[in-house]
Amino acid sequence: MRIVVPKESRAGETRVAATPKTVEALRALGYEVAVETRAGLRASFDDESYAAAGAEIVEPGEAFAGDVVLKINAPNAAERMRLQPGQYLASLMAPALNPDLVTALSERGVTALAMDAVPRISRAQALDVLSSMANIGGYRAVIEAAHEFGSFFTGQVTAAGKVPPAKVLVIGAGVAGLAAIGTANSLGAIVRAFDARQEVADQVESMGGEFLRIDIEDTGPSADGYAKETTDDFNAKAAALYAAQARDVDIIITTALIPGKPAPRLITEEMVASMKPGSVVVDMAAANGGNVAGSRPDERVVTEHGVKILGYTDLPGRLPTQASQLFGTNLVNLMKLLTPGKDGEVVLDLDDVVQRGMTVSRASEVLWPPPPVQVSAAPVAAPAAAVVAKPVAQPMAASTKLALIGAGSALFLLMAAFSPPAFLGHFMVFMLSVVIGFYVIGNVHHALHTPLMSVTNAISGIIVVGALLQVGHAGKLWVSILAFIGILVASINVFGGFTVTGRMLEMFKREEPAR
Amino acid sequence: MTPSYALVQGAYIVAGLLFILALSGLSRHENARLGNRFGVIGMAIALVATIWAATAGVSFEGLSTVGTGLRGLAFIVPAMAIGAAIGIWRARSVEMTGMPELIAMLHSFVGAAAVLVGWNSSYENSPYPKVHAVEVFVGVFIGAVTLTGSIVAYLKLAAKMKSAPLMLPGRNVLNLGAIGVFVVMTIAYVATPESSTFLRQLMLGIVTVLALALGWHLVASIGGGDMPVVVSMLNSYSGWAAAAAGFLLSNDLLIITGALVGSSGAYLSYIMCKAMNRSFISVIAGGFGVEGGTTAGDIEYGEHREIQAAGAAALLESARSVLITPGYGMATAQAQYAVADLTRRLREKGVDVRFGIHPVAGRLPGHMNVLLAEAKVPYDIVLEMDEVNDDFPETDVVLVIGANDTVNPAAIDEPGSPIAGMPVLHVWEAKDVIVFKRSMATGYAGVQNPLFFKDNTQMLFGDARSRVEDILAAL
Repeated sequence: MRIVVPKESRAGETRVAATPKTVEALRALGYEVAVETRAGLRASFDDESYAAAGAEIVEPGEAFAGDVVLKINAPNAAERMRLQPGQYLASLMAPALNPDLVTALSERGVTALAMDAVPRISRAQALDVLSSMANIGGYRAVIEAAHEFGSFFTGQVTAAGKVPPAKVLVIGAGVAGLAAIGTANSLGAIVRAFDARQEVADQVESMGGEFLRIDIEDTGPSADGYAKETTDDFNAKAAALYAAQARDVDIIITTALIPGKPAPRLITEEMVASMKPGSVVVDMAAANGGNVAGSRPDERVVTEHGVKILGYTDLPGRLPTQASQLFGTNLVNLMKLLTPGKDGEVVLDLDDVVQRGMTVSRASEVLWPPPPVQVSAAPVAAPAAAVVAKPVAQPMAASTKLALIGAGSALFLLMAAFSPPAFLGHFMVFMLSVVIGFYVIGNVHHALHTPLMSVTNAISGIIVVGALLQVGHAGKLWVSILAFIGILVASINVFGGFTVTGRMLEMFKREEPAR
Repeated sequence: MTPSYALVQGAYIVAGLLFILALSGLSRHENARLGNRFGVIGMAIALVATIWAATAGVSFEGLSTVGTGLRGLAFIVPAMAIGAAIGIWRARSVEMTGMPELIAMLHSFVGAAAVLVGWNSSYENSPYPKVHAVEVFVGVFIGAVTLTGSIVAYLKLAAKMKSAPLMLPGRNVLNLGAIGVFVVMTIAYVATPESSTFLRQLMLGIVTVLALALGWHLVASIGGGDMPVVVSMLNSYSGWAAAAAGFLLSNDLLIITGALVGSSGAYLSYIMCKAMNRSFISVIAGGFGVEGGTTAGDIEYGEHREIQAAGAAALLESARSVLITPGYGMATAQAQYAVADLTRRLREKGVDVRFGIHPVAGRLPGHMNVLLAEAKVPYDIVLEMDEVNDDFPETDVVLVIGANDTVNPAAIDEPGSPIAGMPVLHVWEAKDVIVFKRSMATGYAGVQNPLFFKDNTQMLFGDARSRVEDILAAL
């Protein structure tokens, strides 16, 4: 089959859906690859290097003439008209926000795979462009902030005086947030981070950030691995935290996004106003409504207090070479999944949760939204479920216990009434020994289970006493023979058991012997 | 000279007390060796008193029984000498990895002796013939079940028999039926007059065969992974068999000892069952992982990652704390010495190395501890599951050596899993986990292990011993 990679038409888009390296990988899967001329120019890939990797360079008119179309952005109206029924299309689509696009694609009879609808399970991470783009975005957000910020990030003591380190607050510790934390940390800043999901604290700390906590019940992870909306009480306390931090820090980077919903407003106008002049706020959610009051998509806003608010929505595109390479690799991984035979033929398996989750339309049939996939990164709810599924045996009620003991005693009394006194005497010894046995080994050390077992084994060889008393009596010779065998096997037990126990106990040493 | 009855009984009381001290001594490392010595002394006292009484007779209030004299000694001395020689030879030569087999084998001897004593005793006259008849039946029955049960356990542990559970249709009905037949036969035996010797012998024979078959079936239908429970259960049975023989012979020493062993074995079985979150009945009923395994294999866990010995060595060198969780695979690969070497080397480098032992790791209660002790791993760094389970989040590297079901997160995460609810070692909470495994095959319970597919898990395939040696070479 033939894969085509058109030049991106969206204004300001710098990325391209394939690089020379990914072209090679696609060809290794058995596909023919065609790239529109000048498609990679803004990502620093020229036509020659594509051709050298084995791609056919085609004119814009043929850019959609293939079986599979790989793009970065969703096709616009003009591009949609060029799609053919039966074609496969993989690109960003934001299907939850663009129902019209989904309908339009299905009307064209295209099988559309949304690269931004990959289920968040470990196996699918290799195709998750949201992660790979967020990683770049988080890095670039810090670089943009550093560019606007009038001071160093790192603290220094110089001949010209002491420079305090910059303080950076990152809100939202998803992939972008973590990348921002790591980048800011490596530039030398003091980094603090906050996230509604307390379980990411370890990840924040592993990137070198300090995780800020608020005194509240954990909202817990959501079942699909993304953040979810929070409660009022939580929001009030979080707002107080932001207000306190805003007065202190120099840089704020917000990354809070909730899938399918407008971005939550976290930083109010008052908080921005309370920041020091020259401070920088990067709103990575500007495209979805913004986390910060006063941010405008794709714009740099300077408030009257001298705080700069950056609302760039093309942060990944500002690293076009790297972004194209990562996006392209995600697409290669998708094609690997779709090409189980490595024979250049696409096989879409809708029973696979990953493929099902991404497929928004297939040959005129709308398949969005997919059935929910329950894949949490932190399985917090599961133990509770386990308890429900396997109820622990109820401890016996006291009355039941009493009744049982009563019945047992009555039965025993009945039996005892008909038993010879000698038997009862033995029975007394028996009962007491049973109880002693339970208590004596009640707190045995776990490491000694095996020696304990072999010593009890040796002791139970005491049955040899029975055979000893039976052997050698005049009369029935075969009784003596049976008893002889009995003595023999029981002796194996006695001598073998004690010997092996002794051998084992010799091995248990606290430390190596002193040299 | 003829010992008095009181003297013999006194010796028995002393022996019984020494046995109790032996068991209580065995519960702590500090006095375990002393405990074993108490047991030996108790046994010596009991044997001397018994042999003396048996050969010289016993005097009781002026009357005395006739001893067997030299004729008796002629039987006793060779029998004991042969038994002692075999026993000591086996005990000295056994590999520590073969300990489960040896112990299962020893159990069968107690069972065999109990059957023989029971049969012999059926010809003795008793002042209470009916009670005596019941005692004979009970003694022979328990003894025979122990005998064949232990033999099957031995065969399974020595891999001379398939360790998969034998699933006869209606196995529970078979077991219960056998017990029902036993009860009916006992009543019939009691009702049969003593004069019809042949009929009585026939009935005793039928019950013996029945009990042998029951013991065989009982253990054959339990899978290899439940062996820790089975072995301690058989230990318990052997005790009850000795106690039954004690009733038979009106011998308090046998009763005391049998009851001690029986109840302590039962308690051990209980501990093991608790460690697997299963009821004793369900273990005996057998067939673990066969009916419940419906969800196994239904879930796609994704890709696992591989690591090589050099990578593992690098990971270990940079670690501050390492926890090793061994399983039965370490025993089969004989990897304990290599693991002990690795431990020593890492400890010399200042790495904090500890072991976390699951209560049912291996095929015998405490099996892993014995193996590690053999390889001279200091026992104070060998810890129990409950002692280490909270430490995993602070642990850098976990080495899972030949363990599978005991480190399976499915026991916690998947309510439908056959091992759901079983307490497991939370190894996946550590920073890095290296799993030593031959292949991606499932563990004993037949359940796939999601641990292998976690992001922080890496698989090191191959024989555990040679892989550990590879790591040692790379360090």
